[in-house]
Amino acid sequence: MMNYSSRPPEEPAVHAQDLTVVRGSRTVLRGLGFTVPRGRITGLLGPSGCGKSTLMRAVVGTQAKVTGTLDVLGRPAGHPSLRTRIGYVTQAPSVYDDLTVRQNLDHFAAILDPGRAAADRRHENVTRAIADVDLTGHADSLAGALSGGQRSRVSLAVALLGTPELLVLDEPTVGLDPVLRRDLWQLFHNLTEERDATLLVSSHVMDEAERCHQLLLMRAGEVLAEGTPEELRTRTGADTVETAFLRLVDEAAASARTEESTR
Amino acid sequence: MTATGALSLPRTTATAARVLRQLRHDPRTIALMILVPCVMLFLLRYVFDGSARSFDTIGASLLGIFPLITMFLVTSIATLRERTSGTLERLLAMPLGKGDLIAGYALAFGAVAVVQSALATGLAVWFLDLDVIGSPWLLLLVALLDALLGTALGLFVSAFAASEFQAVQFMPAVIFPQLLLCGLFTPRDAMHPVLETISDVLPMSYAVDGMNEVLHHADLTTAFVRDVTIVAAVALLVLTLGAATLKRRTP
Repeated sequence: MMNYSSRPPEEPAVHAQDLTVVRGSRTVLRGLGFTVPRGRITGLLGPSGCGKSTLMRAVVGTQAKVTGTLDVLGRPAGHPSLRTRIGYVTQAPSVYDDLTVRQNLDHFAAILDPGRAAADRRHENVTRAIADVDLTGHADSLAGALSGGQRSRVSLAVALLGTPELLVLDEPTVGLDPVLRRDLWQLFHNLTEERDATLLVSSHVMDEAERCHQLLLMRAGEVLAEGTPEELRTRTGADTVETAFLRLVDEAAASARTEESTR
Repeated sequence: MTATGALSLPRTTATAARVLRQLRHDPRTIALMILVPCVMLFLLRYVFDGSARSFDTIGASLLGIFPLITMFLVTSIATLRERTSGTLERLLAMPLGKGDLIAGYALAFGAVAVVQSALATGLAVWFLDLDVIGSPWLLLLVALLDALLGTALGLFVSAFAASEFQAVQFMPAVIFPQLLLCGLFTPRDAMHPVLETISDVLPMSYAVDGMNEVLHHADLTTAFVRDVTIVAAVALLVLTLGAATLKRRTP
């Protein structure tokens, strides 16, 4: 792969240290430290409300009141030069319901890669993104007329435009049937292998964890554990990541209790 | 890579084209925007069946007020939808300048306003015998600036509305006081001095004054130039304030 020569191989896609986010009066993330390696799929797992979405918004640069260090693709998160290099999919599909699938993609493509000279490239990118998420047959349907799963795939297709180096996907497989979920995970693996992309994917479904190269387990605004699925299973002596996660949660709760009682 | 501040023409036109495309999928809204002012003018003409002079004054004022109100409503709802659907967050995570977005909206709704005002002005002048001494083109110019002002105000207030219910309520809150004080019902100098002073700082007063200048004078008067300049300046000021309400980072 040619792209490897242009950057130091050891530099991670995301590096966080002492990352804290405050929303209103609540501290949603407390002093997190973690790394997301390049060219791999990192799964961000944890129960709902543990701060996964906030962390992703911080990485993309749309979250206010972020303190600590957060470097993304070698720049501080939110740097203007990152805006074409990151694809971001929010949990709720963010597309225009009163435009067709193709019109939605055409518009976002024109924002990413504007100008008449780029028209052919845009057309190619749009067609490829629609095919990537398997919506070619619905390209001319209004987004608002599609099913929930189809709309979230339109939203994903928008993030695939312009071949981003880092894809941040917030619960991309929620509400999809097993066949589509399998196909999407196949697509995610293709993106890392063929297009050299880095993926940060959140989920609260633990069986998806096994499909990731690297895992970040979160709970209550803190990183509980970081490592490959294999490492996490071995460390906790569990058969599945789900059991490993539960054991880690119990351990954390137990140590919190001991701290409380010795205080 | 464009800086945040500078306008990017292709991104602005892409935004305008998208807004118009969204509108095209909603023919009922288009029909309402285009037809309602015409129907109201028609109605007004026969309400003042016995006094053609009153129709002249009120009709000309309304030619300025309609585009302002329509564009205010349409823009406030459209931008509110953009904020709540997550598309605004997505666009601002992309290399889109805030100015591009706002100029795109202004351009799209400005185009709609041209069509709306051209039809309403044409109907009033040629079919309903609205007696204009000045050029109908100047009426159109004022109407367009009023539409821009409406777009600007709508964009601005949408930042303070959490739902469509609230956004619609801003219409009476922001527009009605201006409607009462703009000189449509009584000449402004006949109002209580306090109200007259308030009406002096409200932009719709100048929109209506401008229309009346065209109505009564064949030439470009200094008062007309002043009115038009004030409306345009306020529109630009409010658009800038509106841009400040768009935040790339949100809580």
